[in-house]
Amino acid sequence: MNLAISRPAVQAKPRVKPSRDMLMAVLVLIPSIVAVAVFIYSFIGWTIWISAVNWNSSIPDFTFVALQNWRIMLENSRFLTDLRNLAMYAFGFIAQCLVFGFLLAAFLDQQIKGESIFRTIFIFPFAVSAIVTGVAWKWIMRPDAGLNLLLDGAGLGAFKSLWYSHPTFGVMFITIAASWQFVGYIMALYLAGLRGISNEVREAAMIDGCGQVTLYRHIIIPMLSGITFTAIVLTGMGAIRAFDIIAAMSGSGQAFSTDTLALHMFEQTFLADRYSLSAVIGAVMIIISSVLVVPYLISTRKEVEQ
Amino acid sequence: MKNTITRRKFLATVGLGAGAAALAACGAPTAAAPAKGPAGAPATASGKLEIFSWWTNGGEVDGLNAMYDIYKKSYPGVEIINAAIAGGSGAGGNAKAVLKTRMLGGDPPDSFQVHLGRELIDTWAVADKMENLNDLYKSEGWNDSFPPGVIALASDKGNAYSVPVNIHRSNVIWYNTKLFGQIGQNAAPATWDEYFSIAEKLKAKGIPMAAMSGSGAGFQGHEFENIALATLGYDGYMGLFSGATSWGDAKIKSSFETLKKMLDYSVPNYAALDWGATDPLVVEGKAASDIMGDWTNGFYKSKNFTDWGWAPAPGTKGIFLALSDSFGLPKGVKNKDNVINWLKLCGSKAGQDAFNPLKGSIPARKDADLSKYDSYQKQAISDFATNKIAGSIVHGAAAKESFVNDYNNVIAEFVTTKDVAGAHQKLVDAAKVAGYK
Repeated sequence: MNLAISRPAVQAKPRVKPSRDMLMAVLVLIPSIVAVAVFIYSFIGWTIWISAVNWNSSIPDFTFVALQNWRIMLENSRFLTDLRNLAMYAFGFIAQCLVFGFLLAAFLDQQIKGESIFRTIFIFPFAVSAIVTGVAWKWIMRPDAGLNLLLDGAGLGAFKSLWYSHPTFGVMFITIAASWQFVGYIMALYLAGLRGISNEVREAAMIDGCGQVTLYRHIIIPMLSGITFTAIVLTGMGAIRAFDIIAAMSGSGQAFSTDTLALHMFEQTFLADRYSLSAVIGAVMIIISSVLVVPYLISTRKEVEQ
Repeated sequence: MKNTITRRKFLATVGLGAGAAALAACGAPTAAAPAKGPAGAPATASGKLEIFSWWTNGGEVDGLNAMYDIYKKSYPGVEIINAAIAGGSGAGGNAKAVLKTRMLGGDPPDSFQVHLGRELIDTWAVADKMENLNDLYKSEGWNDSFPPGVIALASDKGNAYSVPVNIHRSNVIWYNTKLFGQIGQNAAPATWDEYFSIAEKLKAKGIPMAAMSGSGAGFQGHEFENIALATLGYDGYMGLFSGATSWGDAKIKSSFETLKKMLDYSVPNYAALDWGATDPLVVEGKAASDIMGDWTNGFYKSKNFTDWGWAPAPGTKGIFLALSDSFGLPKGVKNKDNVINWLKLCGSKAGQDAFNPLKGSIPARKDADLSKYDSYQKQAISDFATNKIAGSIVHGAAAKESFVNDYNNVIAEFVTTKDVAGAHQKLVDAAKVAGYK
């Protein structure tokens, strides 16, 4: 990736003795470093530690059992269903957000009339809480109401669906609601990116005989790859921690078809008192998140260094 | 490239998230204000009393308020804080989650609703979170006013830990008399064979016999424990928890078969329905019957629905599958004297006869004022006095919460997979984890 083309290179500074400025900088940073260390990293460490002890009842028990809880979880059919659901949810959510977010942004970028009105409309769902989104879409997608009644009324009964209560693909339908809510934000990201591509680039391409499709496919989309990367990280994280919208819409669903790691962790903790097993789920969520975030951090770091 | 913008946005989002988290933390229930002065003399009790429950609608609230009214009359100086959160029972119980965070965080409510039995004992008593109430039981004479079976559910190693306010029966079949009338049936089925022969006749008329829920966990487990109780009988069922009956018993397997067969006679769209959607099906005439607890009586009343009949669930006549709500005294509360007064009210005849007629349950005491109860409740009170009492699994009486969670999950999956052998094996595994045979 050629992320740094337009960025001025940071000049390597000669090493200097710690100045007053440096001291101030360190002093100012200490509170946030301490806060991050305590509230993020120490809790991650704590979660991983709990996942290795035997605290699976209401009485704390810190007997070290190594990977026993991990083995139990890996044999737990609900947990495996959760992983499958995560894969489906992440795929559906990321794909819809990226595709529709980009299309909306490209549409707004055509210097259309009333752009600001459209922009507001598109980004509006982002202001709605996930609970409200979930409840509204629950009414739309209820098998005995909403869309199915409309389809019946229009004589299209053949297209009726179980929607989110489908025993296998229910979770995919939930991503429709989740994407509806989040797509405006992705659109804003892409729009900012599109606005940053200078007209010269487009004009130069046009002069070289490049059509609209080719322009987007070979020039604009590659130039926006940094934004796409950010969008994938954001939506991917959203998929991993999915909880509220699903809790409002379908709960765990039929045979856990719409269950998520977070819902499962919630029940293991608060209904079953299995703190160590739920810590395993938490740790798995951290690991999956870091698979997404670490490459992002590395890429931004490289960019700063260049 | 506009990576700076995107990164700023990224950071802004992260910041937003952190802000939201901080806001959420602020929204969490804060510690109750410290009691104003010592609540010494009982006549001039003052300060606050925070009561935590999941009673938030209909008759439950009316019942709770009736008890609050009595309390306020006796102790006008005490301010009652009603900390009720909707959704306590079943999977995803919000109220229980909030309660757990408060208890673990050292901020217990003054008194909280808890299911009598293993939920009370295994979640709270063994973790040393509850005060022993033996003295209160003695001074109030409760050892004589509550049936021994109820006291046993409230106790661990001879020590009582909470005060039961009500009893619900969970092995009841409720049926729509009009729908049953269409096939000339005028009584509830007494056995599962009879159940299915009625179901077959109804099916011929296009009427589903059973209200069913396939979404979420809990309801299916409720049906299953009713079937298992009928199949194993009283002693066999009780043995599941004492170790006398193995969960691997062939009768458990045949209970799965029965539940599977029941699905064939259930409302067609049950996959999308959750627990709360089942009671209305009978009222609306979409299903002929529902095996459900006796809070259904209260629901029918609230809907002015009168075309119904009831009987003990098939094969469970003479057995009272019970659950009970109770209140206890958590350790480290701020208003202990006020709580003791509250518990005295909960266990009193006046308190129970104020609460239960409105809630639709029956009193845990043996000396109820029958004139205050409706005809269903009168029969339930008499059954409770004469039947054998068994504890419900799903409703926290018979087994600890971690097992209830596993049990619900296995049976919720079964309703979709219909894999009898697989589900039975999983249930046996869960029982082993819980220390059963």
